[in-house]
Amino acid sequence: MVGPTSGEARTIGSRVSHYVHYGIFLISVPNLIVIGAMVAVFVLALVLRLPRHGRGA
Amino acid sequence: MSTNLTARLRARLVAALPPEQLLPDSQPEYVRSYVYVFGAMTLASFILLIASGVVLALFGPGWWHASPVGHFFNSIHFWSVQAFFFFMVLHLWAQFFMAAWRGGRRITWLTGAVTFVVSIGAAFTGYLSQQNFDSQWIAVQGKDAMNAIGIGAYFNLLNFGQMYTFHVFLLPVAVAGLTTLHLLQVRRRGVVPPIPPRELGR
Repeated sequence: MVGPTSGEARTIGSRVSHYVHYGIFLISVPNLIVIGAMVAVFVLALVLRLPRHGRGA
Repeated sequence: MSTNLTARLRARLVAALPPEQLLPDSQPEYVRSYVYVFGAMTLASFILLIASGVVLALFGPGWWHASPVGHFFNSIHFWSVQAFFFFMVLHLWAQFFMAAWRGGRRITWLTGAVTFVVSIGAAFTGYLSQQNFDSQWIAVQGKDAMNAIGIGAYFNLLNFGQMYTFHVFLLPVAVAGLTTLHLLQVRRRGVVPPIPPRELGR
């Protein structure tokens, strides 16, 4: 499979996926969203404080 | 004092992992952070994964493809594996940046890393066990990779029976066993503390 451009739809199996293509970088939009969500959750976990409860409250 | 095999084994196990260490009722203050929650989330996802997988295995492909309740359990299984990998990778990132192998925690790190690799195999054989066009497509494409690395004769992606057995028995047992070892190591060595600022500045 050669050279899809940004946002181009492509059929894989029974589904159609959109891909982001920039140079050697090629990734499906769903995978990009998941990686973005993981980075966001990781950063939030670092900056947000876990509420105190129970014995130590 | 009795010195038979059972007594010696018990003494050794209790010495390695005293009950208060195996089931602690408190953790150090630094554990009160969302970063330390990712491991527990991974374990919760794994439990959901096994539970939904048992239901799917009981009723079979005809049920999970054709019945509304089957679709529901199929979706639970699918989304729990998404959550499992989502949180496992976040757990990996967090532990990597904390250098979680410090303080004699090498085995904890290693069992976690091996669990990750085996989980990829478990997920892959799951894709092959779906019994739909996706699984056929993935098997036909993937077999070339297996042949290229020389294991195609022993691990045949087109053999549904072999892939299904790997998926519902061999690999889940391996992941569960490794996870148990990982958790016992966490309890034995304790949760890794954050890197002290002094070391970070070096």
